[in-house]
Amino acid sequence: MHPDRFFTVEIDTNFHIRGWLNAGHDRLIKMGKLFRVHSLVLRIRKNYYDHQNVKKDNMDYFIQQLINGITLGGIYALIALGYTMVYGVIQLINFAHGEFFAAGGYVGVIFLSFFTGLGYMETYPVVCLTASFGLAMAYCAYLAIGVEKIAYKPLRKESRLAALLSALGMSIFLSNGLMLTQGVYDKAYPSELFQGGMHFGMVTVSYLQVLILVLTGVLLVALNFLVFKTKMGMAMRATAQDKTMSALVAISSNRIISLTFAIGAGLAAAAGIMVGLYYGSVRYDMGFIPGIKAFSAAVLGGIGNITGAMVGGLIIGMVEVFGAGYISGEYKDVFAFIILISVLYFKPTGIMGENIDDTRV
Amino acid sequence: MSDQPILELKNIHSGYGSIKALRDVSLKVYPGEVVAIIGANGAGKSTTLMTICGIVSPEKGEVYYQGEPITKINPENLPPMGLCQVPEGRRIFPRLTVEENLILGAFYRDDQEGILKDIKHVYELFPVLGERSKQHGGTLSGGEQQMLAIGRALMTKPKVLLLDEPSLGLAPIIIHQIFDIIADINKNDGTTILLVEQNANLALKAATRGYVLETGEITLEDKADALLHNPEIRKAYLGE
Amino acid sequence: MIQEFKKVWKNYTIGMLWLLGVLWPLLGIHPDGTITFQKTVSVWLYILAGTFVCLILYVINTSGNLKPVTTPVAGAARKIGSMIEVMPSWIWISALLICAFIYPLVTGRYATDVAITVLFYICLGLGLNVVVGLAGMLDLGYIAFYGVGAYTYALLNVNFGLGFWVCLPVSGFLACIAGCIVGYPTLRMRGDYLAIVTLGFGEIIRIILNNWMELTNGPNGILGVKTIGILMPFFENGMTLETLWVKKLQWFYYFVLGLAIVAIIAVRRLNYSRVGRAWESIREDETAAELMGVNTFNYKLLAYAMGAIFAGLAGAFFAARMKFVSPESFTFLESAMVLCMVVLGGMGSIPGIILGVVALIALPEAFREFESYRMLVFGATMIIMMLFRPAGLIPAKRVGKRSEDKE
Repeated sequence: MHPDRFFTVEIDTNFHIRGWLNAGHDRLIKMGKLFRVHSLVLRIRKNYYDHQNVKKDNMDYFIQQLINGITLGGIYALIALGYTMVYGVIQLINFAHGEFFAAGGYVGVIFLSFFTGLGYMETYPVVCLTASFGLAMAYCAYLAIGVEKIAYKPLRKESRLAALLSALGMSIFLSNGLMLTQGVYDKAYPSELFQGGMHFGMVTVSYLQVLILVLTGVLLVALNFLVFKTKMGMAMRATAQDKTMSALVAISSNRIISLTFAIGAGLAAAAGIMVGLYYGSVRYDMGFIPGIKAFSAAVLGGIGNITGAMVGGLIIGMVEVFGAGYISGEYKDVFAFIILISVLYFKPTGIMGENIDDTRV
Repeated sequence: MSDQPILELKNIHSGYGSIKALRDVSLKVYPGEVVAIIGANGAGKSTTLMTICGIVSPEKGEVYYQGEPITKINPENLPPMGLCQVPEGRRIFPRLTVEENLILGAFYRDDQEGILKDIKHVYELFPVLGERSKQHGGTLSGGEQQMLAIGRALMTKPKVLLLDEPSLGLAPIIIHQIFDIIADINKNDGTTILLVEQNANLALKAATRGYVLETGEITLEDKADALLHNPEIRKAYLGE
Repeated sequence: MIQEFKKVWKNYTIGMLWLLGVLWPLLGIHPDGTITFQKTVSVWLYILAGTFVCLILYVINTSGNLKPVTTPVAGAARKIGSMIEVMPSWIWISALLICAFIYPLVTGRYATDVAITVLFYICLGLGLNVVVGLAGMLDLGYIAFYGVGAYTYALLNVNFGLGFWVCLPVSGFLACIAGCIVGYPTLRMRGDYLAIVTLGFGEIIRIILNNWMELTNGPNGILGVKTIGILMPFFENGMTLETLWVKKLQWFYYFVLGLAIVAIIAVRRLNYSRVGRAWESIREDETAAELMGVNTFNYKLLAYAMGAIFAGLAGAFFAARMKFVSPESFTFLESAMVLCMVVLGGMGSIPGIILGVVALIALPEAFREFESYRMLVFGATMIIMMLFRPAGLIPAKRVGKRSEDKE
């Protein structure tokens, strides 16, 4: 049981994996007999990074990392939005948010495999993919609304510690619920999706990366429109600023909070499918580490600030990929935490945050 | 003026936890009136308004609006019924623009044209808001914020407007401007106004009737003129 | 009765229907393109039945119909409570101690093993209690200090052959240093930010343990850690001192019991000391505490360091017990588990924490066939406690509201 095992296996990109498979295939087989899988991967990866030292001053390598960083950053941004929106509206770190992300990944794989099983995947790939994304997002929105009503709403007037602990409990509960219904082992995504990519010299942009970038862009624009241009978005921002006053102008805070949870979870679900497609599989505890990283992104951008979460997500993604590429692949998870800690220490309001009332933090 | 009060509080007891802010408060507001509640700091004036709006739920007693009990109704359902409050300290949404603040006032309304017309009407009442429509609410001066808060409340098309300390922290000239507009709203739109003020002189001059609230209890009730000339009131609240 | 609880029943019905909607896609849609309902419905019916019974009990209880049962029970409980109060405390404390001493002699190896785990978690829970319960700071990376203690002993023992008793203070000391390192930058923050930052620090320590191959042997862990050795004089040829290795589980139990007793006494003494009052004042209202002349920063750092020391000492014992350490023992879930015990028992209350640990370690052992539901139950316990009894099973005597909650 390794919370970060999922993301350990992921390493960086499929681009890398291909590299080290070629580099040390027989070593891999030899070691496979000696160690458990994840430690094996660590070893091999270390080996790979030593092997790669020569190539690192290459411009192509830099551009490749940049593209990988943006892809990963986009995914983090999608998750971070949920944290930041929920925090903005009810001042609670929704620990269960990472689980919405994981649930999204699972429901995505369930529907994609279902469509593949029915045989529609070959004939109508676009429809099936869109449907899977839509259904997973709807599912997570539905899940999140219920979770909020059960575990957070009754505690809204209680102490913040109580709500936080309840959120933590919900996170553990959901993660194990996923394990019980879906199994302990990784669940593979249909592998025939999105093979290949575009090559520019040494730089590869896979079609999957293109899909992720486009979809992330669309979702972010849609969210921006919703929050900044519609009446609902206005009401959401108003509720975040002053709940009593919003009630006095006929805004129902319960409905706004539900809506916020639904949107945040929907975005996380989309990120979950993307991660599933990107790395080929999902795992019940995959929400934990990306959850903290996305939270770091939200804090970095200024918690409660939607644009900030997007920027923060991109920065965290970049830092992780470049840190892994140029400094150390083994400590790539640490970079996000260090950013989190230093932001909170030096500038708790984040790079784009408003001044936060001291007692709230 | 009809006999049926549009808003009535019957024996309201209210408070925060173990602190009793209101004890047995009863008052009546008739359609078209301007009623002032005056009282010192901490007398329970704001609690009275918050209880009417359902933010604070009373321990005992009932609030009737147009003859119907409303204490069980959620606060967000009251503005559509025509009951709206401008709370103490304005409480405009600081990180929303002036225009967005006004649009939110009309949150429950769906008539796009009506909303646009009303926004124009508010800009006519308060031209300064029109000039600053794209500015964030938090960047406005105190007086402008008060105007915005009143404008936002007008966007809900209130039948009864509850005003909590509209003069708080404002320069005298702006206070007069605001009270003029309050009088206009009452006269032109026929909106009933329940006004809560520490500044008894101003409030009683604007009002038709007045109540005096002392430590959570109503101690006096009379025509505003009479209160204004009541020697006790003059001594206690008007500094004579 | 139906009328009274109309809202409860309505919410329950909606909730159960919601649950059905949540379960079905996970259980009823299969990769071969088929859709089934049977499994979903059967799982759902189990949950429905379980929650229905609980709800009925709840409804009957709140409506007062359960009084014939609860009144005598509550009366008996009160009687026992007053008896405990009337009796001089040394009587029941010594009774408990005697039970604890006899325990390994009358039970088997397995039960002793469980008891040792319970004692470890009691130490951890008490240490975390200093941070969360007394000083009021939510620490989600607490298990990292346990890891530091365990690794300190394991490394010193394996690499330099140092004995347990030499390493024990070093473990405590290094954990304390780690606590200060984590505490120093984080203590300026309040509430939930502190929680997430400690979580981050905990993960950083675990990742370092996992990746620093040269020092820690990474995820494979360190094997061959020696157990506790005691020097015993032997009188065969004159007098020689020889090391006796504590290999028998029963004997090991007594050492851990000793540690737990020390921890209980220490936390109790701390709680009722000047320092404890300072911590509680920080928990109740940090600003007011500062104005009253409590150096909040130092006291918070001290709370962190104290909590870390307990974890470090327990960690050294843990390494000696397992004879093996690996980063997998120090994941976030462990932190969450300890926290769950503290929350269940009652933050700030020593008997509460002991009860919480026993409930969450011993009960899952008793229901081993439901092993995989264990974390599910932990999560649910935390939520339910927060919803219905946030002060815990045995609430602490002195608690008020946390400062940031006052409006």
